[in-house]
Parts: sequence; C-alpha cells; structure tokens
Amino acid sequence: MRRYSAFAIAREALRHHTGWERAWRSPEPKKHYKVIVIGAGGHGLATAYYLGKNFGIRDVAVLDKGWLGGGNTGRNTTIIRSNYLQDPSAAIYEKARSLYETFSQDLNYNAMFSPRGVLMLAQTHHEVRGYQRTAHANALQEVETEWVGPERVKEIVPIINIDGPRYPVLGGLWQARGGTARHDAIAWGYARACSGMGMDIIQQCAVTGVRSEGGQVTGVVTTRGDIACDKLAIVVAGHSGHLADMAGFRLPIESAPLQALVSEPIKPCIDCVVMANTVHGYMSQSDKGELVIGGGTDSYNGFTQRGSFNHIEETVRALIETFPIISRLKMLRQWGGIVDMTGDRSPILSKTPLGNCFINCGWGTGGFKAIPGSGWAMAELVANGEPGPLAADFGLDRFREGRFIDESVAAGVAH
Amino acid sequence: MLILTCPYCGIHCDETELANGGEAHLKREGPGSSDDAFEAYLFDRDNPMGVHFERWRHANGCGKWFLAARDTVTMEVFGTYKAQSIEPPAEIVERIRAKRPDWEGRA
Repeated sequence: MRRYSAFAIAREALRHHTGWERAWRSPEPKKHYKVIVIGAGGHGLATAYYLGKNFGIRDVAVLDKGWLGGGNTGRNTTIIRSNYLQDPSAAIYEKARSLYETFSQDLNYNAMFSPRGVLMLAQTHHEVRGYQRTAHANALQEVETEWVGPERVKEIVPIINIDGPRYPVLGGLWQARGGTARHDAIAWGYARACSGMGMDIIQQCAVTGVRSEGGQVTGVVTTRGDIACDKLAIVVAGHSGHLADMAGFRLPIESAPLQALVSEPIKPCIDCVVMANTVHGYMSQSDKGELVIGGGTDSYNGFTQRGSFNHIEETVRALIETFPIISRLKMLRQWGGIVDMTGDRSPILSKTPLGNCFINCGWGTGGFKAIPGSGWAMAELVANGEPGPLAADFGLDRFREGRFIDESVAAGVAH
Repeated sequence: MLILTCPYCGIHCDETELANGGEAHLKREGPGSSDDAFEAYLFDRDNPMGVHFERWRHANGCGKWFLAARDTVTMEVFGTYKAQSIEPPAEIVERIRAKRPDWEGRA
C-alpha cells in the first residue's frame, strides 16, 4: 500500500495521475479464514482493522451483501460526541472520540475530523436538570463537557433564537471537543488499511446461512460459496435479527427508519453542531455549505429507508423556530437509515449462544460516533473470546439480569 | 404516511392520530415461568422484514387498542382487527398468503 502524502500528490501531478493504485483489493474469497466479519460498514471494518493492528490477526475476511459503507455509515449526520450519562457509554464513546482525533494520522487517510463542538440545547426545566446532571457525570468520567447558560449559547451560535415561541433556550450542554468527520472516509480509510494488512474485503457477497458443529461456528454459506472460519463476528446493524436467526438465537432489537435531510448550500453561518432533543431536530453545516439536518425516528417497525413524512414536518418546524434565518431555505435531499434499537437504547457487544460467534449491534440512532471505539472493543472480544473493559457491560445477558445501561433519557431522540 | 382503519370506530386514521404499541400476539408470562421465557417475553422480538403483526392505539380518536397486519418493507397494510383476538383472523391470513406466497407464517 503506497502512502498518501504531499510528495505523492506532487509525484502524480508530474506523471498525469497514472500512478494511483486502488485503495483496496477486490479478491475472490478463500476457502478458510481465521476470522470472518459480516458487514463492511464502519463498525465491521473497524473491528477487522483493530484485530490486525492490536492483535496481529490478519487472516480476516470482511463480507458485505452490498458495497462497503453503503448502509448507515453513508446515511448518518456524521456527529461525534461522548457526553453520555452512564459510565459504560461514556467510556466507549469517549474512546471512539479520542481515536477519531488521531484517525487521519493513524490510517494515513484524511477523515476530515472537525472538532467544532457539539451543543445540546436544554429547552425545558426537565432538560436543564438532566444536562446539568450529565455535565457532573461527565466530570467524574473525565469527559470534558460544560453546562452553559442562554447568553453563552447565543455567543456560540449567533444565528440561534433563544426566545423561541414554544421552547425558549434555557441553556445547553457544550462539548467543545465533539464535532463531525467525513463518514465515507471512515469506511474507506479502514477498508484501505485492512486491505493493506492483507485482509480480504469481499463485496456483493450476501451471507445466507451460518454453519456450526457441536455448538461451535464453523463457517458461513454465502452467495459466493461456502467459506469456513474459526471465529465469526456479526456486525450488520439493521439486519442483525436475520443473521441471528441463521445462527440460531434471537435478539432484543427492533428496527425503524431514522431520517435526515440536507438543504441547498449557503455561506458559512453555523460553526458547530446544535442538537435540540425536545423539539426533535439537530443541525450542522457541511464543508460544502449544506445544512445537514437530523430528524425523528418512526414510532413503528420499518425497513423502508425513507421514513414517515410527518417527521420531516416536525423537524423542520422545530428548526425554523430555533433558527429563523433558515426559513426560506430549500431542502435538496431527504433519506432514511434503518436503525436497530434495543430497549435501553444501548448497543450490544456480546458473545452469543453459538460458540466463537460474536455480535455487535443495537447502536440505534448513534452508531457513527462510536465506530472506532466499537471496533476496538469488538476486536478485543473476538480475539480473546471474552469482552475487555470497554465491552464488558454491553453483553446480551444484561437484559436477563436487568443491568440496563439506560440511555433512552440521556440520549433522547437526536443522537 | 401510514393510514390504518380503526376496527372500532371505522375511521381511516393517519399515524399522527395513532400510537404504536409494539409486536402483537406475545405470549404473556407470569409466576412460575422460567427466566428464559420471561426474557423472551420482555425483550426478544421477531422484527421481520415483511409481514408484521402489531398493536396500535387510536390515541387521538376513540382511544381503543387494536391490532394490524402490515408489511414493514412495502408499508402495505393487510388489515386491522380487534385487540381481543388471540390469533390473526383467517381472512387476514388468507389475504397475506394471496399477496405473499412465500410467507412462512408467524414464528
């Protein structure tokens, strides 16, 4: 794998860009791998990357039924933050945020990480108390966040209307080191690094069955033939239930579409991420100038990747109240991603009833921000067969034991 | 937008009038049930891509609970029926089978 650098750009400019190589190979699947990761989204590729980097396991295949990064990795609003209430969540999201800071240097791939700050608005007294509590919890967790009053909110985001008609802004939870990154680059960067380590990324390869013998996984059946493996990692978000079904267990997960939309590009007007959970909307501005807007999740199960129209109305109404300057903007695109939700709105990183088969799912509406931390923890789980400190609390057994990591209040809607 | 017909008051209501109540026809567990059965009842869900039976409440209307059969991919509604039904009514099952010949039935 040739390194990207200023020198490489100069060299290629001189020879008419004939020397760039493909970022990753597209090999035929081998008969056997030590580890197979199903799902070449951010989480799956990150799992493979840290298996290679931290544990020296490079006989790895990453399978995907479509193309890599074509699911929720390419459909989210690219927000990165770690201001969670519960200790296990704060630990894994903060790990992810810190890995995002060094992603570009570590992987030699420009992730365009922009620590522009994330502001979560408090618009009810309940939220004021909730976020003040989160700020205190974050201080104990060594996650840098700060409770700010309405005047400071107005300073951070001059275009905001703090005297909104329904929900005036009463303050906010400010995480200065949160921000955004280029979502596709995360998948592409990991894919390139995995391929560079000799791993096989096999796209257009749908898994149709899981083979096992004596309660241990032995391989998978795919549309491109049988592939044997010693260990299997299922990292497929919205489709986890079907893979779990093939492997012979059930999951406490339901799927629903979460929507996002993008406006026409305008001049820079907002230089941080603002989330308003009470009114169901959040917004940031992309480098191209588009306002990237996240909306609500449908209240019922669905796989439509489009979502319900009344949520758009709800989201846009809320944002116009909060940011009156955007009221004349046209929206360019709208789409939905299928989010896999657990009852306590926390992810699952777990061993499964099938031996040597591991699952990483349930990231719900907030998976993108977690990608590096999730991959790091999942690699540890797959390599050692037992969860490390980051994944320990996220096991499937927490539902039976009633050890919920309840983020449904802390995280609200926007993620 | 999703539109369902309330089997009690007969109104075609859009989803802003309704509240979703999750998967229907769950077998309730009680004292004497095993931990496994309780866990499955409380948390495990079918979450199918396709035919799904679910509970709804006509919240901003007559207030009654009812059940619906719906496709989670195409959003097609196969019918709604009373909440007191232990199984989906035969005519709804027939309608599903006519439109989805490869449907494997309820898990």
